[in-house]
Amino acid sequence: MSGHEHDDLHHHDHDHSELSETQLRVRALETVLTEKGYVDPAALDLLIETYEKKVGPRNGARVVARAWVDSDYRTRLLKDATPAIAEVGYAGRLGEHIVALENTPKLHNMVVCTLCSCYPWPVLGLPPIWYKSAPYRSRAVADPRGVLADFGVTLPKDTEIRIWDSTAEIRYLVLPMRPAGTEGWSEERLANLVTRDSMIGTGLPKTPGDLK
Amino acid sequence: MNGAQDMGGKHGFGPVEPEPDEPVFHAEWEKRAFALTLAMGMPGGWNIDMARFARENRSPAEYLSMSYYQIWFAALEKMTKERGLVSDDEIAAGHSLHPPKSVKRVLAAGDIAKTLHRSASTERETNTQAIFKSGDAVRAKNIQPLTHTRLPAYVRGHIGTIERVIGCHVFPDSNAIGAGENPQWLYTVRFDGRELWGAHADATVRVSIDAWEPYLEPA
Repeated sequence: MSGHEHDDLHHHDHDHSELSETQLRVRALETVLTEKGYVDPAALDLLIETYEKKVGPRNGARVVARAWVDSDYRTRLLKDATPAIAEVGYAGRLGEHIVALENTPKLHNMVVCTLCSCYPWPVLGLPPIWYKSAPYRSRAVADPRGVLADFGVTLPKDTEIRIWDSTAEIRYLVLPMRPAGTEGWSEERLANLVTRDSMIGTGLPKTPGDLK
Repeated sequence: MNGAQDMGGKHGFGPVEPEPDEPVFHAEWEKRAFALTLAMGMPGGWNIDMARFARENRSPAEYLSMSYYQIWFAALEKMTKERGLVSDDEIAAGHSLHPPKSVKRVLAAGDIAKTLHRSASTERETNTQAIFKSGDAVRAKNIQPLTHTRLPAYVRGHIGTIERVIGCHVFPDSNAIGAGENPQWLYTVRFDGRELWGAHADATVRVSIDAWEPYLEPA
């Protein structure tokens, strides 16, 4: 595999030997599985390319932006998100049952998977490290305002905070509030305001000022 | 199992540290471990619940000292070895030393777009009626299985409200141990923050889980 020539370990110098051990084991297993014909090497490369380059939070941003400009779409998205998201072209693995959660001035939704790393892949891609990490998984359910503070987000004291722990195969996508000052904006322009974290609930969308 | 994976409400892990402009993968081996795990699901013949159990079923010290993809890879090694698809001497040699086992199907590059786009829904037809309805008060049972479960410890014994009847879905507790899909009604159950975290907890917080009927009893 040509990709093996580019192993990037320089930022893990403190435990270089341990990671090298992992790296060697991964290479060994990949070789054995390939030689036995259980895996198609081209399939591995394509899987990596798909989740590294094609599937990511830009997908979810398009869904959110459409909901912001098209009230019929918004209604369909909130009623049954899976087919509404499929309308925009996203479906499949780990997104079989998606529920969209509407943020309002009185209610803020935030999504976690305390037991592993469940995440709506077709619309957000693979989860960031912090989402899979012990600090987030442990505190999101018990101290969400503290977690939001880690992200630099402060909500009004009386805003209800609703945490969705993804314990089954239902995947949750937060529909953030449309930022003020975006009247008349196109769907495409609005999508630039939609951040990954705003669709998890640990962030808010960018404002028009942030784009300047 | 009451393992280290069940993290809700645990203290001492410190702040969440988002990484600016985080790459999807942080090392080449992570990409390979990720892709191998996805690709081996088909020939390996395990289901998602078996894979989750293979990841969490280790000592807490080990679980907490491993990175995410190290855990994925350790589970992949374990599952391929348990099914006789590879052996220790082969992993040590870095080459196949024994004839391959016959497998049902291999994921071909040409099938990936179709496979990833295809729904692998966990919803199943049923003749049973859901016991609970929206608005019902329920208590999460105090169960402590040694095997895989998706009922987090922090809700066990606590009272919540059925918010939504989702449908009848594959039951992970059965599916993970090879006892079949055993589909059960699935509900979104909402708990008040103070019910879970005590009288001094933030009164504006509500937490929901998705819980199968066997996890719940009337309250």
